[in-house]
Amino acid sequence: MQLIECPWCGPREEVEFHYGGQAHVPYPDNPAEVSDEEWAHYVFFRDNTKGRFAERWNHTAGCRRWFNAIRDTATYRFERVYRLDGPKPVTP
Amino acid sequence: MAELLRTHPLEAWHVAFERLPDTARIAVEPFVAMVDVRLGAVGPEVRAGLGVDLPTIANTWVPADAGRATWLGPDEWLLSSTAETPEEFESRVRAAVLPLGGSATDVSAQRIGLRLTGARVRDVLTKGCSIDLHPRVFGRGSSVQTMLGQAGVVLLALSDAGDDYVVLVRSSFAGYLADWLLDAALEFITPDS
Repeated sequence: MQLIECPWCGPREEVEFHYGGQAHVPYPDNPAEVSDEEWAHYVFFRDNTKGRFAERWNHTAGCRRWFNAIRDTATYRFERVYRLDGPKPVTP
Repeated sequence: MAELLRTHPLEAWHVAFERLPDTARIAVEPFVAMVDVRLGAVGPEVRAGLGVDLPTIANTWVPADAGRATWLGPDEWLLSSTAETPEEFESRVRAAVLPLGGSATDVSAQRIGLRLTGARVRDVLTKGCSIDLHPRVFGRGSSVQTMLGQAGVVLLALSDAGDDYVVLVRSSFAGYLADWLLDAALEFITPDS
C-alpha cells in the first residue's frame, strides 16, 4: 500500500488519509461584488492537471490535521508535503 | 427518577477474554476520566497549572499524576485521570488551560481502554496495524493514532519489551475490535491454556 508522509505523524498508509481537492484556491477578495459566474468558478472549477499538482490532504485516522502535498497525478508519487500556511513550493 | 448506570460495551466479552492464554491476554480497563485539551503553545505555565508537561513530540505519551497525557495533534492532547470524576477533572483542566487561551472538553464517554499484555500481543496487533511496533522504535512512551483492523484507535506502548500495550477505542467500535482481537489471538490459544 502507498505510504503518505504526514507532516506531523510521519509516513502512514494511504487509507488513513482523505483527499481535499486542489490547494491554493484563493477566496475572492471582495465577495460582495463577485458575479454568479465568478462564484461558480471559485466554488466548482478546478484544474485538471496531468503531472505535479498541489492538493490538500487530511490525516483522518491520525492527527486529523490538514496539509498540502505536491503529487504527480500521472504516477501517484508524492513529491513533497508542506503545511497549510506554507507557500506553494516551486517545483521543476 | 431511576438512576442510570453506565454499562460497559464489552461486558459480554469478559468470558471470551478470560479464555485467552497468558501470552496474549486482553483485559478491559475500568472507566477513566478523559479530557481533550486544545492549546496553541506549550510553556512552563502549563506545567504549573496542570502538573504535567504536555508532550510536544509527535506520537508520544507521558505519565501524569494519576493518568496519562497523550499527544493527539500539534495543538491537541488527551489527558486521563483515574483519581477524579470526569466533571472534576474537566473543570480542573479547564481552569488551568482557559487563561492560556486553550480549551478542555470531557470526552470520557468517547473511548474505552483495553490492556493487552503477553509475549505474543505484538503479533496479535501487527495482524491489523501497519505501524512498526517493534520495541526498538515503539518503546514505552510511544503512542500512535492509527487503524487496527477497520477501527481507528489510539495505541500506547507501556513497556520497552513490546509486551504491554493499551488500546483506546471508540465505545461504538469496541465490540467490533473485541471480536477482531479475539480472532487475531486465536492461534495463540493452546489446548492446555
